Amino acid sequence: MPALLAELPALPLHEAGKYVAGAYVVLFALVLVYVAIMAVRQSRLERDLGELLQREQEARDDEQPRGDAAQTEPGGAQADPSRESTLV
Amino acid sequence: MYGKGLRALSISTVAVMAVALGLVFFWVPLEADQGFLQKIFYVHVPLAIVSLCGFVAGGIFAIQHLRTREQKWDFRSYVAIHMSLIFGVATLITGSIWAKGSWGHWWEWDEPTLVSFLIVFLLYATYQPLRFAIEDPERQSRYASVFAVTAGAFVPLNFIAVRASTQFLHPRVLGATSNLPWQMSLTFVISLVGMALLFTTLCKYELTVKHTRAQLRALRRLAERRAGTPTSATPPSRGRSAAPSLHATAMTAHPPSTRPERSR
Repeated sequence: MPALLAELPALPLHEAGKYVAGAYVVLFALVLVYVAIMAVRQSRLERDLGELLQREQEARDDEQPRGDAAQTEPGGAQADPSRESTLV
Repeated sequence: MYGKGLRALSISTVAVMAVALGLVFFWVPLEADQGFLQKIFYVHVPLAIVSLCGFVAGGIFAIQHLRTREQKWDFRSYVAIHMSLIFGVATLITGSIWAKGSWGHWWEWDEPTLVSFLIVFLLYATYQPLRFAIEDPERQSRYASVFAVTAGAFVPLNFIAVRASTQFLHPRVLGATSNLPWQMSLTFVISLVGMALLFTTLCKYELTVKHTRAQLRALRRLAERRAGTPTSATPPSRGRSAAPSLHATAMTAHPPSTRPERSR
């Protein structure tokens, strides 16, 4: 690696260096900002999905006792397995 | 749907960009006239080319939308133009930096290439306000497509007009007058491919996130309907937005995964 680096030309970071650095930094800053925005959106999606799953779980828990009651009633309808949550 | 192949695309983007940067800073010879400052060329020109191509692609997607009336084409057109605007901002900033280093001025109003790019950029800057101004989603997408087609046709015309102009300071890169050594040409092509890949990857990310959000919204409505929650608590429309409306198609795109009929 040091031999490879020695072969490489030195970067002439004189007067022009700041402009070149500025141009490349602008590009990478824009990409970075964009990625950060995407990360925020992603976390919002994750939170919404978590909320939805929780709500679905609660709905299932509510349905469970009703299903049990129906099963114990004589002649009561059997719990429909197709009513299982579609989210889990 | 839109996320397919995203990982491979992201990896290839990073790889090609890394190779391009390596070539720019450690391999390609310094240009005789501008020296180290010419390294901006490998970021500024690909940005400008990809940005203009993105505007044209937005127009092509808009034609598809007007032909088929399928919402997905409007969605693609919107994302392509949105991303091209971001690349356009980067083009203008890197160009100004190069101009300052090379000509001593941040901007040159007599230079047709700069001014024409600014005109194209400002034209497309009205795209988002136009969409936002129209509330009805159907009309919004139709008007936006007409705009995208018209403005997309303007881009190559503008490019040809600038090339035809005789007085310019701006160097000509592509064409018969280009005298780039092969190392510079190769590095430029790799940078251009890297930038195109970056554009495609970011567009795909944007499409995936927006589509996922639309699906999630549709799923929430479905869950609320099942639970018997009044839908008025959460309005079916997503409110006024410049982004294309996808909620109508979100559930039909993947019916087996959501299985709405089983909830009845």
